Amino acid sequence: MKKIVHKHPLAIRWFHWINFPILFIMIWSGLLIYWAYHPYKIQVGDAVLIKFFPDSFFQFLKLRRRLAEGMSWHFVFMWLFTINGILYVLYTFISGEWRFLLPNRHSFREAWQVTLHDLGLRKTAPPQVKYNGAQRIAYTAILLMGIGSLLTGLAIYKPTQFSWLTTLTGGYETARLLHFALTIGYVLFFLIHIFQVVRTGWNNFQAMVTGFEVEKDNAGLLPPNPTN
Amino acid sequence: MDEPVDQIEEKLPEKKPHREELTSEQQIRRRTLKAFAWFGVAGVIPYSLWKWIKVQPKEAGLPKVFREVLKVNEGVAESYFSNANLAPTFPKERAAKNVRVNGRDGLRSAIDKDAWQLKVEQPGQKPLLISLDDLKAMPKQEIIYQFKCIEGWSQIQHWAGVNFAEFVNKYQIGKKDGSEEWYPYVGMKTPDGGYYVGIDTPSALHPQTILAYEMNDQPITDPHGAPLRLIIPVKYGVKNLKRIGTIWFSDDRPRDFWAERGYDYHVGL
Repeated sequence: MKKIVHKHPLAIRWFHWINFPILFIMIWSGLLIYWAYHPYKIQVGDAVLIKFFPDSFFQFLKLRRRLAEGMSWHFVFMWLFTINGILYVLYTFISGEWRFLLPNRHSFREAWQVTLHDLGLRKTAPPQVKYNGAQRIAYTAILLMGIGSLLTGLAIYKPTQFSWLTTLTGGYETARLLHFALTIGYVLFFLIHIFQVVRTGWNNFQAMVTGFEVEKDNAGLLPPNPTN
Repeated sequence: MDEPVDQIEEKLPEKKPHREELTSEQQIRRRTLKAFAWFGVAGVIPYSLWKWIKVQPKEAGLPKVFREVLKVNEGVAESYFSNANLAPTFPKERAAKNVRVNGRDGLRSAIDKDAWQLKVEQPGQKPLLISLDDLKAMPKQEIIYQFKCIEGWSQIQHWAGVNFAEFVNKYQIGKKDGSEEWYPYVGMKTPDGGYYVGIDTPSALHPQTILAYEMNDQPITDPHGAPLRLIIPVKYGVKNLKRIGTIWFSDDRPRDFWAERGYDYHVGL
């Protein structure tokens, strides 16, 4: 006999998968907006290390001269992004799922051990319940980033009506830079996320669709429940 | 009584096992297939939504449903709009000496600045003609604030002119005949009609909205909209019409140059 272990509640799966296309739309429409004024780069001395972005990037993805279109998508889908995020937070608090998601006092040491293990520098991964320390930190960080995007977004969307928020987020130009940097953060998160999911394998991935993982039952150790 | 820390730890559900079920291979397969089938069905939703948006009739360059949501956004923005919310101002020395120019629409034709007069149209009445000297006779209001372009750049700029709310008060315009009710919109256009904007009246009456005739303590230069331009910090630059020819109040939304080209009409900040 195999057994199934319930892992992700239905609500969490919905929030996760709904967020995926919405975040995609927000990033894509954000790029359409960013093209109209794209000054950001990473520079050390006179050497430009990374330019956000080279013209070929905008050209290849057809992002040029579409500011009006980008703003309309962004200001329509911002509602869905916000509502989905708020419902997710409410759900995790009401259901108690937050206990699996928030880092605890072991998480940082554990995250370090996980990192060493993932890099092949440590033989065993620390034991984990649902999420390991690295996951807890990552999933909490992405939530904080979402809140950050919301606040910096509002700060540059209505910088007069919410001038206190614009000031709080470093001023209009800084808020725009942060809003952009957070987006780059999402893309980096996404790349690592995909890499880890592929590495962890099918059983883990399919749990985000089915909600359960399949485990081999330790035959004989657990007698079948007679009432079943 | 305070609980000892250890007992709180005990209450964490992660100490308890997850819900587990002993299940046959067949049951697992059936449940997995079912979940993935639902997943596939659910995947049709974003795809259909995308298709639905793509086949929407266009309204001024945007899918109709987007225009409707932008209208909702406008309503939300109006709910928290307040004359008490001001664009932050800066000391004079922070103002840019080299003030950025962005666009020449409405400025391409020649203009005789000495003969220029501001025309105010009113329904059922002869238009008012107001000279620059008339405006300069009114109290001058200065503002040094961060001008924000819809493209994303911004610049601290120094402008001066007549407070728009004082202007409409002095000339007794903007209110419907014999009532205290304001027209909901203000329209403005250049003398040649090449550029035109529509603005909601509350934004036009915001205390920082001015009809500007000076930039950096000098008369406004031609590329910046001489002799008179609108400075409205609660809107993106696109609404800050240069070289004002005509002003009118209206019940309907006046035409707006960039709104006709796919941009939001409101663009309030």
